[in-house]
Amino acid sequence: MFDVLSRMARTGILTETSAAVPSNDELQRGIYRILGRALCIRHVDAGSCNGCELELQALSNPYYNLEGTGIKFVASPRHADLLLVTGPVSVNMEEALRRTWDAIPDPKLAVAVGDCAECGGIFGKSYASRGGVGDVIPVNHTIRGCPPTPVAILIGILEVLASASEV
Amino acid sequence: MTMQSTIFGVFATLLPSNLPAVRCDAQGDDWLRLAKELHASAARLLTLWGADDRDRNGSFRIRAAWLTPDGLVIAEHRIADTERPSYPSLAELFPSAARMQRAVFDLLGIRATGSDTRGWLRHSGWPEDVFPLRRDFDAATNYPAQPTPYAFVPVEGDGVHEIAVGPVHAGIIEPGHFRFSVVGEKVLRLEERLGYTHKGVAKLFQGTSQKLGHRLAARISGDSAVAFSWAWCAALEAITRTVCPERALHLRALALEHERLANHLGDLGALGNDAGFAFGLTQFSRMKEDLLRANADLFGARYLLDYILPGGVGGDPPEYAVAQLLHLYRELADGVTSMRNIYDEHAGIQDRFRETGRLAPDLAEKLGAVGLAARASGIASDLRADHPWPPYDKLAPKVVTQTSGDVAARAQVRLDEIAESLRLCRALLDGLSDGPVRTNVPPAEPNRAGIGLIEGWRGPVAIALETGPEGTIRWCHAHDPSVQNWPLLEYAIIGNIVPDFPLINKSFNLSYSGQDG
Repeated sequence: MFDVLSRMARTGILTETSAAVPSNDELQRGIYRILGRALCIRHVDAGSCNGCELELQALSNPYYNLEGTGIKFVASPRHADLLLVTGPVSVNMEEALRRTWDAIPDPKLAVAVGDCAECGGIFGKSYASRGGVGDVIPVNHTIRGCPPTPVAILIGILEVLASASEV
Repeated sequence: MTMQSTIFGVFATLLPSNLPAVRCDAQGDDWLRLAKELHASAARLLTLWGADDRDRNGSFRIRAAWLTPDGLVIAEHRIADTERPSYPSLAELFPSAARMQRAVFDLLGIRATGSDTRGWLRHSGWPEDVFPLRRDFDAATNYPAQPTPYAFVPVEGDGVHEIAVGPVHAGIIEPGHFRFSVVGEKVLRLEERLGYTHKGVAKLFQGTSQKLGHRLAARISGDSAVAFSWAWCAALEAITRTVCPERALHLRALALEHERLANHLGDLGALGNDAGFAFGLTQFSRMKEDLLRANADLFGARYLLDYILPGGVGGDPPEYAVAQLLHLYRELADGVTSMRNIYDEHAGIQDRFRETGRLAPDLAEKLGAVGLAARASGIASDLRADHPWPPYDKLAPKVVTQTSGDVAARAQVRLDEIAESLRLCRALLDGLSDGPVRTNVPPAEPNRAGIGLIEGWRGPVAIALETGPEGTIRWCHAHDPSVQNWPLLEYAIIGNIVPDFPLINKSFNLSYSGQDG
């Protein structure tokens, strides 16, 4: 226990603010203003190479501290406000993606994360790939990158929230 | 390897590779006879794949590659009957061949005799009489999905019920389906169904430019991008007899070790988290982020998907890199040592890790385990040490093993490999010479074959390719070690409780995308 406490003390609080991303407090206020509560995200890998997943996971590390901003990843689409989809949509995942989207209650948003999710990326459209997420479900916003950095993903989530609040 | 002209009586020729490799012509009965001889000599099946050569010689081809103490042995078997092409199955000798053979059938329509006829990569996305990897199949053709049920093996008995999980999982992870047959909490049987992320990589490689194929290779499994792109480049460079500059080789190895470190750090954190110790995730994910940021700063990207290029690497780190990296390695070494002590002394962690998801060494041997999972079950095999290619030939990498084969062993192997990897990184920086980081790779002549083999963080990653006309690729087979190791999980879970599955699964952390192709 002493080791754990001493390591905690030595590590300190790493959560950072940068010019590119609003501070966690600002983010939290923004989300609260738009949604009136926390933002719940469900993620679906529709055929990704796992690169985008690694960067989505990184959002939970102490530097980005996603949960500290009032955004959390949820296990069920029934609990979600927003669907993040990575990868080109493989033919074998098409049905699962549609069903996940249908299971999310309205109002809901979908964000395509990564170059593959935008248009199929390097995998394009083929016998095995339907192409981008927009070819299968309606998409509100796209975050480019291969893979996009955690900061780019954060900015993308904010942008889609902001544009949704204007509608 | 010595210049042999025969292997077990079969004629063999050298095959271009970064490792010692020979190719044997195993026609007729020689195919099975060679496999039996290799099995008797404890060779390990590396991969198995097929090709459509009807345009060239009116036949299909099946190939299998084994790792032996002398290097790689590749057997090639021509199949002249193109109406109902088949070949003798290797699955009885090498259980890991079973799924590879099913994948070959789904893509090429070549059947291993007596094999499981259920689709593996083909779910319902294309008709069963359509074989996308055949040359006369237009890759752009697509079909509406027609959902069809999959015949899982039922388990019967009093109180037995099934739990179906996936393909969409609860966390931020790749898709796959797990069918558990359980009594109460206890798992009697797990059957995996994979293939959900099949993206037609092998078909995409056909006709790709030799100058660009490494980009696709890097995206076969994003967490092993360096290993795959290096394997791709190693195959092409062996074919074209390109010698990479010394500095480029050192930088490649640094990138590969960084990839190993990043994945091991991530997994150790996730293992702590899955055992209910979130502090572990916080600490290890912080160290991983420090490493990724150094990658971005010094190599141009957090994940080095496009760093390894034919002939070298895509950038020279700035001069301050050495000092910055040495500082980072010190920090990581300190952090990992302190976390190792915390994990070791934490009763809750040890209770969850020990004796959980055990894969006994004899079973690992029989199933043909490779890489990290094999090393945690007592199999001392690591290409970096067994067949060191430059620059590993000067570094004497240490093979890390454990014998208990449980979650604790797979965690321990990661911890020890981090320490060894950091030693290698320091040695690589120490021996970093001045000079260019890339050389020109001439277009290869058509119809040349080669294979690249790299020990990625999960295990051996292989890319076998054959060149086409005008600087293109005729075909390419990519192999991820997850193919062999996914079946291990089905055994490791038996007798464990359902809530331990996430922990056991994470301790293997296999690739879905790499296995699905």
